[in-house]
Amino acid sequence: MSKATLDLWVGIFVALGLGALVLLALKVSNASTSFRPDKEYTVSAEFQNIGSLKAGAPVRSAGVMVGRVESISFDTAKYVARIVLKIDERYPFPKDTTAAVLTSGLLGEQYVGLEAGGDDQRLKDGDVIRLTQSAVVLEKLIGQVLFDKAQEGGSKQ
Amino acid sequence: MLESAASGLRLLGERVIDGIVRLGYGSRFFVLVLLRSATSFRRFQLTLREIYFAGVLSLVIIIVSGVFVGMVLGLQGYDTLQRYGSSESVGSLVALSLVRELGPVVAALLFAGRAGSAITAEIGLMKATEQLQAMEMMAVDPIARVVGPRFWGGVLSMPLLAALFSIVGIFGGYLVVVVTIGVDSGAWWSQMQSAVDFRDDIVNGVIKSFVFGVAVTAIAVFEGYDAPPTAEGVSHATTRTVVTSSLAILGLDFVLTAFMFMGD
Amino acid sequence: MHPENLVELKDLFFGFGDRPIFSGLNLAIPKGKVVAIMGGSGSGKTTLLRLISGQLRPQGGKVKVRGRLVPDMNQRELYGLRRRMGFLFQFGALFTDMTVFDNVAFPLREHTDLPESMIRDLVLMKLHAVGLRNAAGKMPAELSGGQARRVALARATVMDPMLIMYDEPFAGLDPISLSVTGNLIRKLNDALGATSILVTHDVHESLLIVDYVYFLSAGGVVAQGTPDEIRATETPFVHQFVHGDIDGPVPFHYPGPSIREDLALESRGA
Repeated sequence: MSKATLDLWVGIFVALGLGALVLLALKVSNASTSFRPDKEYTVSAEFQNIGSLKAGAPVRSAGVMVGRVESISFDTAKYVARIVLKIDERYPFPKDTTAAVLTSGLLGEQYVGLEAGGDDQRLKDGDVIRLTQSAVVLEKLIGQVLFDKAQEGGSKQ
Repeated sequence: MLESAASGLRLLGERVIDGIVRLGYGSRFFVLVLLRSATSFRRFQLTLREIYFAGVLSLVIIIVSGVFVGMVLGLQGYDTLQRYGSSESVGSLVALSLVRELGPVVAALLFAGRAGSAITAEIGLMKATEQLQAMEMMAVDPIARVVGPRFWGGVLSMPLLAALFSIVGIFGGYLVVVVTIGVDSGAWWSQMQSAVDFRDDIVNGVIKSFVFGVAVTAIAVFEGYDAPPTAEGVSHATTRTVVTSSLAILGLDFVLTAFMFMGD
Repeated sequence: MHPENLVELKDLFFGFGDRPIFSGLNLAIPKGKVVAIMGGSGSGKTTLLRLISGQLRPQGGKVKVRGRLVPDMNQRELYGLRRRMGFLFQFGALFTDMTVFDNVAFPLREHTDLPESMIRDLVLMKLHAVGLRNAAGKMPAELSGGQARRVALARATVMDPMLIMYDEPFAGLDPISLSVTGNLIRKLNDALGATSILVTHDVHESLLIVDYVYFLSAGGVVAQGTPDEIRATETPFVHQFVHGDIDGPVPFHYPGPSIREDLALESRGA
């Protein structure tokens, strides 16, 4: 086994291995399609209930990912949840945008959905989104349905 | 009867204490190998040679096993998922299983069996034929010259082998599910891409394979260096390498998986 | 320390666990001489070499090489000392994954920055001195026992050491190889101006080439002298050893009850 042959085989091996890693990264995983904006601006919003929203969850508008949830905290003065969003600078939103905590599919992960309003002025870095819609909590929904059903039954009689 | 129970307990206690002492001894040896690693990198040709013996020569078994594992995953996955109408998710199943678990773990187990045992036998034989002592007498540190390159050769080879296993496995799954059974190729790849996260899955898989590489190779060089200098001693050491490495891989896999994939 | 001595052992105490090997050993190896260390199995001959080279530490007494205490040396100093020593293991201990050439070149490549062309010349010269220059490309597995030992000798002397130690250099050799090896040991020692220590069982061959002999038994030196003095010795143990007498201080029979007792017991039982 000459030195040159050995080096050749090791080179081939390392090239194959690294190639496999690159393939895994690009073709198999979401690295090539993942969200990586150049510049972002920060806005915050307050919610009565954020459900199971986590930091790092996506921020979407019309189904397209426009940003990420940066952090979640609890406001002890007003007893509400405060979340900080980082939105890609390519997507400006009007000041009267609505932020809602929605669920992917029926029981999937939760995300923040933005629906643009009609205001001329844009949200700037550091602004607060005033209009928010809390997450739908399943137990309350079921409770509501049962209550309604009970009401209906009662009014029929 | 009480006597035999007592002596049984004593034996168990002895064994456990021996095991712990050996663990301590092995850890000290491991630290020594790390401290004297300069030679392995300054004279990289030595390490390259070991990458050849540990990595390149394991390619065949890794690739063949990878293809078969991927094919079986595809078959089994399809068989189960199509009952729930989710046959398009087979791609995600195969890819995630391989990248997160089977790639690092199975590749490491195969590596322990093929390369780990070979390293132990080689070092053990060098010890039995007094070659290591001869080196010491020539003022060459055998840990730096013999053990170090073999350790780093194994550590550097392991992640590459695991990645190859995963890729080849995905290809095997593709062969079975898309080419043979007929699931849509577009669904296979796009589902996979949205399910496999680069940071959580791929990077974690690489970290796992690196940790396994360190564990397996450290055990292999230690068992070889510590083997009694007889034919029987070396053969027992070789077996111990495979057994201990396998247990270490599975144990570490649990610990790493718990850290990486549980919790938020 | 006598300036003429390369190695001095004074009041040496050493044992493995509870098995004492040396109790108060005194020994000196003069410079430039070839000295044989003989004794029965288990008398500690190989252990002595290990103590001199620093592989083992004595429990008491002094081990001095060139006036310096060996057990006190740190690893760097010890390695520095070993670079000036050559050690021949009993079966050669050649590196099985390298050619004969690479084996002999090993110390040069590890310890010096000499260019490959110079290393090539040095290695070939050493191999020529032991008669194996044309076997340079062979692997150790292809050599006979005697040839392997000669290669090991070339390797041990490639750095022109000041002290060469041989552990049973004659063990298992055919008569021709015996003679060749003995010849080489003497010639190399004189050519290099070195000092050699031979640990051996082979009385006949070593008495032909050495300048001085030490006899070890029961933890100390029981006899010493020039080959002529040893051949003419009156000491019973040495006499038995040198002349190969079957019975003497080292008994033929394994110690225990006499045969009469054993047989009488058996007939009593029957």
